[in-house]
Amino acid sequence: MADQTSTANQWPADAAPYDLISPARKRLGWALMAAATLGLLATILVQILYKSEVDTVGFETWRPVVYAYVLWGVALGIGQVLTRGEDGQRALFLLPALLFTIAMVIFPTLFGFYIALTDWNLSSFSGRKFNGLDNFWQMVGDPYYRNALFNMVLYVLAVLVEYVIAFGLALLLNAQIRARKFFRVVFLMPLMLSPVAVSWMVGKSLMEYRFGPAATLARHLGWDNPAFFSDPIIARISIMVLDAWTFIPFMMIMLLAGLQAMSREVLEAARVDGATAWQTFWQVTFPLMLPVSVTAVVLRIIFKLKLADIIITVTSGGPGGATDSVSSFIYREYRDRSNVGYGTMLAMAYLVIIVVFVTWLLKLANRFVRNVN
Amino acid sequence: MSVQTTNYTVSEIRSPASFITSRVFIYGALVFWAFICLFPIYWTITTSFKSAVDVTQGHLIPFVDFQPDWKGWRSLGLSPDSIFQTSTVRDEFFKRFMNSVITSVGASSLAIIIGSLAAYGLTRYRYKFAWFKNEDISFFFLSQLILPPVVLALPFLVLYREVGLLDTRIGLILLYTLMVLPIVIWIMRDQFNSIPVELEEAALVDGLSIWGAFFRIVMPIALPGMVAAFILAMVLCWNEYFFAALLTSTDAKTIPVMVASQTGSQGINWWSMAALATAAIAPLAVIGIALERYLIMGMTAGAVK
Repeated sequence: MADQTSTANQWPADAAPYDLISPARKRLGWALMAAATLGLLATILVQILYKSEVDTVGFETWRPVVYAYVLWGVALGIGQVLTRGEDGQRALFLLPALLFTIAMVIFPTLFGFYIALTDWNLSSFSGRKFNGLDNFWQMVGDPYYRNALFNMVLYVLAVLVEYVIAFGLALLLNAQIRARKFFRVVFLMPLMLSPVAVSWMVGKSLMEYRFGPAATLARHLGWDNPAFFSDPIIARISIMVLDAWTFIPFMMIMLLAGLQAMSREVLEAARVDGATAWQTFWQVTFPLMLPVSVTAVVLRIIFKLKLADIIITVTSGGPGGATDSVSSFIYREYRDRSNVGYGTMLAMAYLVIIVVFVTWLLKLANRFVRNVN
Repeated sequence: MSVQTTNYTVSEIRSPASFITSRVFIYGALVFWAFICLFPIYWTITTSFKSAVDVTQGHLIPFVDFQPDWKGWRSLGLSPDSIFQTSTVRDEFFKRFMNSVITSVGASSLAIIIGSLAAYGLTRYRYKFAWFKNEDISFFFLSQLILPPVVLALPFLVLYREVGLLDTRIGLILLYTLMVLPIVIWIMRDQFNSIPVELEEAALVDGLSIWGAFFRIVMPIALPGMVAAFILAMVLCWNEYFFAALLTSTDAKTIPVMVASQTGSQGINWWSMAALATAAIAPLAVIGIALERYLIMGMTAGAVK
C-alpha cells in the first residue's frame, strides 16, 4: 500500500524535530511491515493449497486468514509510526476505518460479481459451476424481477407524498404552539420502533380483514370490502403507508431544523411588504428551504431503495409478487430456493442500477438547487 | 439542536376570529397526527392483555370494552404469576434480547471508535493514499450509505460460512458496524469541523502529542456528538432485520427475527405476538423519550449549514 501523508499546512512547521527518525528505527519499521505482509500472504497461500487439496497442512476454516489480516493491519500501523514518525501517527487515525471498510466491502463485492456468474444452489450437492452470463439472460427474461424494479419506481415516487406530509408537520411544529416538546417526541416515535415489530402488529392485526380496527373504520367510511393486502394496487399502497409511517419523522426532523435555522428577518420583511401567509410560504419559505429539502429527499430515497423488512414480514411479496421490492424478492429467491448464484446476479444488477440512479439524482439535485437560488 | 420559541407577530395583525380558526386547525392537525403515531403503539400494548375473543371482536378500551388479562405476558413467562416459574419461552426471549443488546451496543461502539478517528483525521490532516485525496476518501466512506444490504448479503453468507462466522454475534457486529459507519463518519465530521483548530495547536505547543491532543482536548468537546451518533447507530442496529434474518439461525438470532418468526401452525397467537412486539419496541421507546435531544442532533448533523 503506497501511502504518503503530506504535512498539513495548518500545523506549525516547528514540528520538524519529532520527525527525526534514526535509520535503525526506520529499518525496524520496514522489516515489521514486510514480515507481516509475508505472514499474511503465506497464510493465504497455505490455506488455498490446503483447500484445493494440494497440501495436507492447513486450517479447518478460513478464519485464521481473518486473524492474519487483523495482525497485518496492526503491524502496518506500528510500521507507519516507526518509519514516518508524526506522519505515521496521523495516518493511524484513518487506517482502522479504511482497512475495515476495504475488507468488508471491496472484497465481498468483487466476490459477489464472481458468484453472480456461477450456477450455485446451496441446497444441491453439485456445488458451484461457472456458467458465464446465463444468470444475466435469465434475469432479463424474469417478469418478477422486472415487476420488483417497477415497484421500486413506485415506492420511490411515494417519497414525494411523504415529503409533503413531513413538510406540513414540520411547519406545524415550527408554529407558535404549546407542548411543542411533547408533540415532537410523539411525532418522532415511529422512527424509533422496530419496523418488523410494528409492521407485524399494524399490517397483520390492525389492518386485519375481519376484525382489525383499520378495516372496521374503513367499513364505517363506506368501503365494503376493506382487504388491504389482496388487491395488487391497494397492497402496494398499504406497504407505502406502512413505510411512510416509519420514515416521515426522519424527513420531518431535518425540515424542522431547516425551518428553525431560517433567519427571522426575511419572514418579517415579507410580512411588512404585505404578503399573505400563502405568498410568504411559496415566495420565501419554500425557496429558502430547498437545499434542506433536497438533502432530506435524497437521503430518504437512498433509504427507500433498501426497503425490505416490512414487505418480508407483512406480505412476503404477495399477492403474487405484486408488492415485492428488489431486496425482498432476492431474499425470497435465497430463502425459498437457495439460489445463491442467480440471487447475487440480481443483487449486482440492482447495485449497478442504484449507483447510476443515485449519481444522476445527486447531479440533478445539485443543478436544481443552483438554478432556483 | 435546541428549539427556540418562535414569536410570530402575524397573530397580532389578524382578526380574533381568524386567529381562533387557525389555532383550531393547527391543534386539530397536531392531535390527529399524534393519534396516527400513537394508536398502533396503543393497539400493540393493549392487545398483549387481550384474550382471543377480545381481539377478534376488535375491542379497544381496557376495562370498558374488555377485561385486561396477563395472557400475552404469561405466554412469554413475564406475567406476575409466571415470572418465578421456569419458562423456556422466557429463556429464549432473554437470549434473543441479549443478542440484540450485545450486537447493537458492540457494533455502535466499534463504529464510534473507528468512525470518530477517521472523521477526525479527515477534518484535520491532508492525506494522500496513492491517488486518493481527502475528498475521495470521504466520498468512499459516505458512498457506502447507498450500498443496499441485499448486495452484500449473499456474498457474506458464503464468506461467513467459510470463515466460521455464520450465526455468530461477532459476524453480525462486523456487518452492523459497516452499516452505520458512514452515518457515524458523517455526524462526527460535522462535529470536528465545528471545533476550532487553535485548541489543538495550543495543546501541541504545550507538549502534547497528536494523539494526546485528540484524547485530552478534542474528545471531551466532541462527546455530545459522539453520544448522538452512538444513539442513532443503536437505533439502526436494534431494528435491523435483513442481515439478521439471513445470517443467523439458532445462536445469534436477534429480537426482530424472533418477532417475525412467530407464525405458528395453528394461526397467530395475537396476545403473545403483541407482548413480544411490545417488549421489542419498549427499550427504544424509552431511549427515544429520554434522549430525544441527541437523536435530533444526530439526524440534523450536516443537514443545515
